[in-house]
Amino acid sequence: MTDLQTTPYADMPGPGETILEVRDLAVEFRTRDGVVNAVNGITYTVAQGETLAILGESGSGKSVSAQAVMGILDIPPAVITSGEILFQGDDMLLMSEEDQRQIRGAGISMIFQDALSSLNPVFTVGFQIGEMFRTHRGTSRKEAKAKAAELMDRVRIPAARERIDDYPHQFSGGMRQRVMIAMALALDPALIIADEPTTALDVTVQAQIMQLLSDLQAETGTGLILITHDLGVVNEVADKVAVMYAGRIVEEGTVDEVFTQPAHPYTAGLMASIPLAERPGQRLNPIKGTPPNLAYIPPGCAFHPRCPMARTGKAAQPGGDCRSDLPVLREVAVGRRAACHYSEELLHG
Amino acid sequence: MSDLRSDDDRVLDERGDDTVEAELEALTGAGQLRQSSLWGDAWRKLRRSPLFIFGAVISMVLVLMSLFPQLFTRTDPRACDLSKSRQGPSAEAWFGYDVQGCDYYANVIYGARNSITIGFTVVIGSIIIGVVLGALSGYYGGGLDTVITRLTDIMFGLPTILGAIVILTVLNQSLGRTVWTVSLALVVLGWMVPLRLLRSSVISVKGADYVSAARAMGSRSRRIIARHVLPNSTGPVLVYATIAVGSYIGAEATLSYLGIGLQLPEYSWGLQINSGQRWVRDAPHLVLFPGILLSITVLSFIIMGDALRDALDPKNR
Repeated sequence: MTDLQTTPYADMPGPGETILEVRDLAVEFRTRDGVVNAVNGITYTVAQGETLAILGESGSGKSVSAQAVMGILDIPPAVITSGEILFQGDDMLLMSEEDQRQIRGAGISMIFQDALSSLNPVFTVGFQIGEMFRTHRGTSRKEAKAKAAELMDRVRIPAARERIDDYPHQFSGGMRQRVMIAMALALDPALIIADEPTTALDVTVQAQIMQLLSDLQAETGTGLILITHDLGVVNEVADKVAVMYAGRIVEEGTVDEVFTQPAHPYTAGLMASIPLAERPGQRLNPIKGTPPNLAYIPPGCAFHPRCPMARTGKAAQPGGDCRSDLPVLREVAVGRRAACHYSEELLHG
Repeated sequence: MSDLRSDDDRVLDERGDDTVEAELEALTGAGQLRQSSLWGDAWRKLRRSPLFIFGAVISMVLVLMSLFPQLFTRTDPRACDLSKSRQGPSAEAWFGYDVQGCDYYANVIYGARNSITIGFTVVIGSIIIGVVLGALSGYYGGGLDTVITRLTDIMFGLPTILGAIVILTVLNQSLGRTVWTVSLALVVLGWMVPLRLLRSSVISVKGADYVSAARAMGSRSRRIIARHVLPNSTGPVLVYATIAVGSYIGAEATLSYLGIGLQLPEYSWGLQINSGQRWVRDAPHLVLFPGILLSITVLSFIIMGDALRDALDPKNR
């Protein structure tokens, strides 16, 4: 822990040591109306300086998996039914509440989607940034404020020293998100999870915030998990991407490869749905159907009811019936994994 | 690029503030910059609300009256002259004389202390209990919540007046009937309302993103309750408290009137109304003056509570 906070990462632009490893994580919500299987066994790793994008539609389980890592799921109704969350080798799920708490904010921190509702309306931003130092380091009020001002400078909030006593609602959307980023950065965490950090912002501000995030990441060498449904954002900043559907990772690989040559029909469908400037006036090409209700995930491959390639019955290969056989996430090419019985066909035509 | 646009944002933000500030300064004559939190906004609104100012001035006068009754009357309320019994209002005795021939104005003034003391004590007491239990119950939920909620339901089942009669009768044997026993009885029967109010607002605040954010940033539960949950959920309780001061003053008068609250020779508006009612036909001033003061007191606190509720209501912004 202490090493983390003192080691300079500046000379470490590329991926290094593994920071977070999530293994076979499953989360369900036990409600009165039945069990909702939000996350069904996902596995991924993030290394120093690396950006992993978790891409998926609303309800694909991407935010729930991040909340499980942060330990901010509401338990109950949520239950982590299996899996390990290894932060620098230690399983957070086995740690005491107090040890977990010390990792939150200092080891792993989080940037939320809506900065206005994620900041407490009754305190000034300077006070709230300073809280990071006060809760974790017991810093004095005065010193915490000075550090807050430094951080506000670092996330490029103009006239930080004058604005430190302003309240969240006095800031614009982009500036508020910068305040959130300042809080997330405060204790030099090894990993930052950004849960749709730009969804609530307008397009020009989105670009600035993503730029800021990637600059800061380059400076500090933290790992970054970027949870998003925005294909453009993934393409710009991520190194690796994990595509989620119905609580499972259906495809994983480097952004370049996944985007140019998807190995899962769902990813292929997402790519085909992007409106292209080269084809103006054309109809959009959405994936047919709707994402499944997580309380009733279809058997076999969850995507099969919407999949143009789905094969069932006699048309299927042995063990490859999309309606009854669950495809496992497997290596389909060097450094690439997909959970589809027919990835090779998609890859090689 | 990013800095350019950011500066724009800032200019916009500042402009917004400045116009609002200028407007406020013009209206209030006080240039308090940078105060625009939830409570700051509410305070600004209150300062401009004639109803609140009316209520605040009257309750200040009443509080002053209860602390220093000598400021309002130089007459000793115990200096009586039986020959003046039940004489009506006159130039030397504004409120007339009571049955014993004591100056009624002095008596009514001295009556404020007990009423106000009971009003405040009961509200403070029931709010302390309500806030502590309500915060625990709302924040932690589960079994603790079930126990506290059920207990609240049971207590709600007790009729206040009947409950107070029982409690005061029991306490009378050991502790007598003082301001403190009457307050205790009312606290025992009154902590459920603030508890329910706080519990429900804690439950709604608990789900707020900034509470999740604080947890994600590694704050302890205690700190989350103190810094994030309570400051954002006390609004409704505060409004209730203001109104409740008035209604508890009324409740004390009711109990004293019924003969189970304070007893002579204490001064209390309820007692005065009680003893005056027998002569209400030929000396109505004995009921009228303590009644008027009681109504004004209750009204001033209720008006303040109303104004506070409006000021804290985000829909009115």
